Amino acid sequence: MSELETFRAETRAWLEENCPASMRTPMPEREMPWGGRNASYPNPDTKTWMDNMASRGWTAPTWPAEYGGGGLSKEENKILQEELARIKARPALTSFGLWMLGPALLEFAGEEQKKKYIGEIVRGEIRWCQGYSEPGAGSDLAGLQTKAEDKGDHYLVNGQKVWTSYADQCDWIFCLVRTDNSVKHGGISFLLIDMDDPGVEARPIKLISGSSPFCETFLTDVKVPKENLVGELNKGWTIAKRLLEHERSMISGMGMGAGAASMGGMEAVAKENFGTDGDRIADPAIRSAIAAHKMDQQAFGLTMKRAGEEAKAGHGMGAAASMFKYYGTEVNKRRFELLLDVMGSQALGWEGDGFDSKELAVTRSWLRSKGNSIEGGTSEVQLNVIAKRVLGLPTA
Amino acid sequence: MAFVLSEEQIMLRDMAKQFFSEQVPVTNLRQLRDDGSEDGFDRDVWKQIVELGFAGILIPEEMGGTGFGPMGVGIVMQEAGRTLAASPLYSTAVLGAGMIMAAGSEKQKKDLLPQIAAGELLLALAMDETNHHNPANIAMAATRDGDDFVLSGEKKFVIDGHIANKLIVAARTSGKAGDPKGISAFLIDVDTPGVTITRTHMVDTRNAANISFDGVKVQSDTLLGSADGAYPELENVLDMGRVCLSAEMLGGIETVFDTTLTYLKERKQFDAIIGTFQALQHRAAEMFCEVEICQSVVLDALSALEERRNDIPRAASLAKARLSDASRLITNEGIQMHGGIGMTDAVDMGLFLKRARVQAQMLGDANFHRSRYADLGGY
Ligand SMILES: Cc1cc2nc3c(=O)[nH]c(=O)nc-3n(C[C@H](O)[C@H](O)[C@H](O)COP(=O)(O)OP(=O)(O)OC[C@H]3O[C@@H](n4cnc5c(N)ncnc54)[C@H](O)[C@@H]3O)c2cc1C
Repeated sequence: MSELETFRAETRAWLEENCPASMRTPMPEREMPWGGRNASYPNPDTKTWMDNMASRGWTAPTWPAEYGGGGLSKEENKILQEELARIKARPALTSFGLWMLGPALLEFAGEEQKKKYIGEIVRGEIRWCQGYSEPGAGSDLAGLQTKAEDKGDHYLVNGQKVWTSYADQCDWIFCLVRTDNSVKHGGISFLLIDMDDPGVEARPIKLISGSSPFCETFLTDVKVPKENLVGELNKGWTIAKRLLEHERSMISGMGMGAGAASMGGMEAVAKENFGTDGDRIADPAIRSAIAAHKMDQQAFGLTMKRAGEEAKAGHGMGAAASMFKYYGTEVNKRRFELLLDVMGSQALGWEGDGFDSKELAVTRSWLRSKGNSIEGGTSEVQLNVIAKRVLGLPTA
Repeated sequence: MAFVLSEEQIMLRDMAKQFFSEQVPVTNLRQLRDDGSEDGFDRDVWKQIVELGFAGILIPEEMGGTGFGPMGVGIVMQEAGRTLAASPLYSTAVLGAGMIMAAGSEKQKKDLLPQIAAGELLLALAMDETNHHNPANIAMAATRDGDDFVLSGEKKFVIDGHIANKLIVAARTSGKAGDPKGISAFLIDVDTPGVTITRTHMVDTRNAANISFDGVKVQSDTLLGSADGAYPELENVLDMGRVCLSAEMLGGIETVFDTTLTYLKERKQFDAIIGTFQALQHRAAEMFCEVEICQSVVLDALSALEERRNDIPRAASLAKARLSDASRLITNEGIQMHGGIGMTDAVDMGLFLKRARVQAQMLGDANFHRSRYADLGGY
């Protein structure tokens, strides 16, 4: 047996033993494995599965083993992912730490910071949130005003963040703060703040979908130790941008919202609603719209795959992250609008009788999908990036 | 890797790019149009194409070809599409050679393929009978008469029909229109009595013909493939044609996009380069995304052919539908973003617009392929 074959056999056996049966079933939203100090586990297997995977560093399979990651090669990780897919395993850990902060820390943080924070992320001990946006700084993120003053052994932080996803449930926040007022981009630093520190307060904001996944976050005279600065003072913008790239690729890949996935294929739902003509959906306009949409999805998937292959072959596809963020989120929004057309009034229930839980989930996911083209940089901002950086169109 | 070209393929692309841009630029098509060329293509150019081995690009080496396979054809078609090169490549080297390779007897292959590779035999596929491509709906009858067949009916939009030496004619030997069974393919000399070919002058200066068959009597050795059973081979060849056409369309939209982008960086109004206007920047960025998507679906469809994957029909319909839609968007935007000068015959935008619409109709437009894609998906 080759080394990789041995690895596959060993992995398969280990998963067989360590992935609890309930972790091989579809995941309801409330069982999402976010981890963190305040986590509750309605299904205790969630925690077992997380700990088992974390013990091998496999919640972050390709991160270096010296900091707690799995240390797997690309080929080994591919095998691990295939084996996980084979048994339909749920993700062991989902978190902003894994998707966004970790990769940025590995690139920019100091040795001590990596030792401390990477391990915590891998083990799901600390749940992170993202303190970027402010009331006056959204698309124009570099206009942020939250200030951090040098007080000798610490920074004194004052300001307000907004749209901070899950801030009320998180343990730490990675923040962009202003450390120099005289320059815009060159006066921003990247700071890690413990939300248990005095002066940090998160207030939930209610969304159109009815839930409150994000908050206003107030920072009032918060004392932050100096060793919590990542990278150099006033060099935070570089880190911020890199982290946004990770965020954008994550969001563009989120194609399958839980609601629509559980509805089964859109074609099947359309057949139920409109009847059939032979094998065809009887309504030709709906049938054609579904085909057009599925083509969009397939074409987008192929383009993601092509970008992957080109990256491996050593030639990048330009500002791919912006294109994928723009295209992926717009396709996803259209998917939900189409699902509304297909399901009619049954996709428009809010609560109570007359709708099953899957139908209600479609309504909520449709509303949630509107944020896809806003969060992580709006569609218009992505188009600006493509126009300027990829196409080289001049600025006025 | 399917999406990344091999070194050999890159060499082929560079060679094709250099040839078409230097020897067959868009001015070549203008010249043919303005001179009212009888053939509609340049025989000298064709000779060069043959010398480069492109006429036999699908044909195996032992039959005189260069055997580059579908990926190779796609690469050449894309480069030809960039300059709107007029040549019999599509009808003869793709559809014609493809159909003989797929359905021909050993004798037919031995006789005909070397002639095609040598550029001596030009072919055309006579398929459509109505204003819209719909191969299963073929109604034209080929009636048995002893060992012979008698063909009667009309074919239209036969690309290269007026320059071909032989026609591949799809006709019905049994069954009813709509039934894929009962379709046969015949390989017929253009001077067979009863065949009348009328050249049609299309908006894009690509050559086509309407052809009528008036009691055309042919022997059974003109059959390509089995009587009644040619549809599966035809479909395979049509799918290859659709994918190669998509590659050609991709070359066209790339040119339009690049030209338009250059113009956006040059033209000044209101004391500003028009490319600084965000209304235009965003539309340019959207076109960029479309071009990227088109590159992916074309490469995927070509590798489906290359690897003989079982999802060829789906990949072909995806490519042809996407390219038909994208080329409409991009040629329209190309004219709009050029302003008044875009409407003049002097710049190339109009030529690409006209070609794009004809290409969209060839072998099925976006609506046809969306419906086929849905059928293949079982809805
Ligand atoms: C679901 C969700 C989750 C989020 N989670 C987080 C989080 O965890 N942490 C965090 O920091 N932030 C988060 N955000 C905030 C998000 O990053 C901002 O909302 C986003 O960057 C837009 O900023 P804004 O809301 O201030 O809109 P604005 O910037 O005020 O935009 C308003 C409109 O103007 C357009 N516009 C602005 N500038 C331009 C321009 N230059 N050219 C063309 N059009 C322009 C925008 O595209 C938009 O249509 C989240 C947002 C959402 C919706």
